[in-house]
Amino acid sequence: MVKRQAENIIVVKDLVKKFGSFIANDHLSFEVKKGEIFGFLGANGAGKTTAIKILCGLSSPTSGKLTVGGFDIYTEREKIKKNIGYMSQKFSLYDDLTVFENIRFYAGIYGLRKKEIEERTKVLMEKLDMKEARDKLIRSIPLGWKQKLAFSVAIIHNPKIVFLDEPTGGVDPLTRRQFWDMIFEASREGITVFVTTHYMDEAEYCDRVSIMVDGKIAALDTPENLKQQYLAASMNDVFLKLARAKVN
Amino acid sequence: MSAIQVTHLSKQFATVKALDDISFSVGHGELFGFIGPDGAGKTTLFRILTTLLLPDEGKASVNGLDVVKDYRKIRQDIGYMPGKFSLYTDLSVEENLKFYATVFGTTIAENFDLIKDIYVQIEPFRKRKAGQLSGGMKQKLALSCALIHKPSVLILDEPTTGVDAVSRLEFWEMLKRLKDSGITIVVATPYMDEASLCDRVALIQNGKIMTISTPSEVIKTYPYVLYSVKSDDIYSLLRDLRQFPQVHSVFAFGQSAHVSFKEEHAAEDVLHKYLHEKGHSDVKIGPTQATIEDCFMELMNTKW
Repeated sequence: MVKRQAENIIVVKDLVKKFGSFIANDHLSFEVKKGEIFGFLGANGAGKTTAIKILCGLSSPTSGKLTVGGFDIYTEREKIKKNIGYMSQKFSLYDDLTVFENIRFYAGIYGLRKKEIEERTKVLMEKLDMKEARDKLIRSIPLGWKQKLAFSVAIIHNPKIVFLDEPTGGVDPLTRRQFWDMIFEASREGITVFVTTHYMDEAEYCDRVSIMVDGKIAALDTPENLKQQYLAASMNDVFLKLARAKVN
Repeated sequence: MSAIQVTHLSKQFATVKALDDISFSVGHGELFGFIGPDGAGKTTLFRILTTLLLPDEGKASVNGLDVVKDYRKIRQDIGYMPGKFSLYTDLSVEENLKFYATVFGTTIAENFDLIKDIYVQIEPFRKRKAGQLSGGMKQKLALSCALIHKPSVLILDEPTTGVDAVSRLEFWEMLKRLKDSGITIVVATPYMDEASLCDRVALIQNGKIMTISTPSEVIKTYPYVLYSVKSDDIYSLLRDLRQFPQVHSVFAFGQSAHVSFKEEHAAEDVLHKYLHEKGHSDVKIGPTQATIEDCFMELMNTKW
């Protein structure tokens, strides 16, 4: 649970991103608190990916004030990159490297020492119940393992924030739940989780949820409050009401 | 004669058994769903049915035509929408549709009735290159192209993966209309909630079909009495429930946890007391109906 007085780890004020005449992000303003699980929902093409790229320092906003992990998005991008983790549905793991080689590669990029890497790998293999897979090629291990490993690698440098872009797409229902256990755990350890998903039951697990429609944030609150506000039984109903109203 | 008949079908890639002795049949005009995660074997099966891949063992036929011997004839009868967007990205919407119509020796006009409902939604963008369409529009174009030669069997590989909840709903409404026009539809999806929209489903995992039935029959076979449990903190609720001695399974389902017990009687009262002792407040426990997802996980039979 996030304490109310927790500090803001992401602050976005009047974010605008234009591609030619198309406005992908239209004056977005929101804050994310430290340790919070923040659900970033929206229909396809609503502008989620554009915003995430900007928050990760991979794309420049047209205008607006943004800080991520206390760093300015215009002047301190490299510092932002050191303090965040990122994982998407399309794997960031190398198929033709082994499990350990992938861990060593990513941990090395983030500047972890050889001994640290060995130790963390050992703990990780134990935790993920993957000891026998340590020296197997990524391509040969089951999808569910890859997904969990990709998440663990994304937070191996203990970042302030981890961005998860549809992390559970296509996985079996058991793995999906185990994955959320890992998200809960990371959040308890103080890592802020910024997550997108099309599974509306997963929106219920977030501390707060924002729903984007046509480049704007149409709603932002706790799942409980959103359901009350929109007289909906589930987040799925909230989402349908918001996204459908604009489509039709 | 069934629209699709598959008996003892197997396919292996190196050491991976993608399909392991699969048998099923799909009736004419049926909307049949393959429900399972990535890697379950859905795409391999569909590629065999669409004559793009040869099976190692077993037989498969579409409209009585053998997928190996009669592959040319089958290709005229089926519409296929692969999981990966496979239209020409540098052709416009209109050009793609025209291309597929021509390849099948027909015209857009001849079968326009069938695709009208779908195509009108993308018609305003008919001059736009397919590569520049949004996900939802790509999906509608791909479906239009798969239908343009008026196939009697439509095979859709994960048409709704990565698609938002609203577009998913609209897509299933389109499928229902196509089914009503008499087309047999076989659709794969990783979304368990879409199972209820099918006439019958096969739950598939690791190349094996775990069960085949109507969605309501699948749910009826769930072997436990299932409870929905809520408290003020889902994370510690899940942890504590897993520690509860009589518990058989605990799974998060949105705002509540679904729990089943090894032994039925009095478990509910004991659980109330237990959660109270663990410091949970606002605890609500009540019986609930199993979903396809509950059944799938029970069938996977993996312990936490």
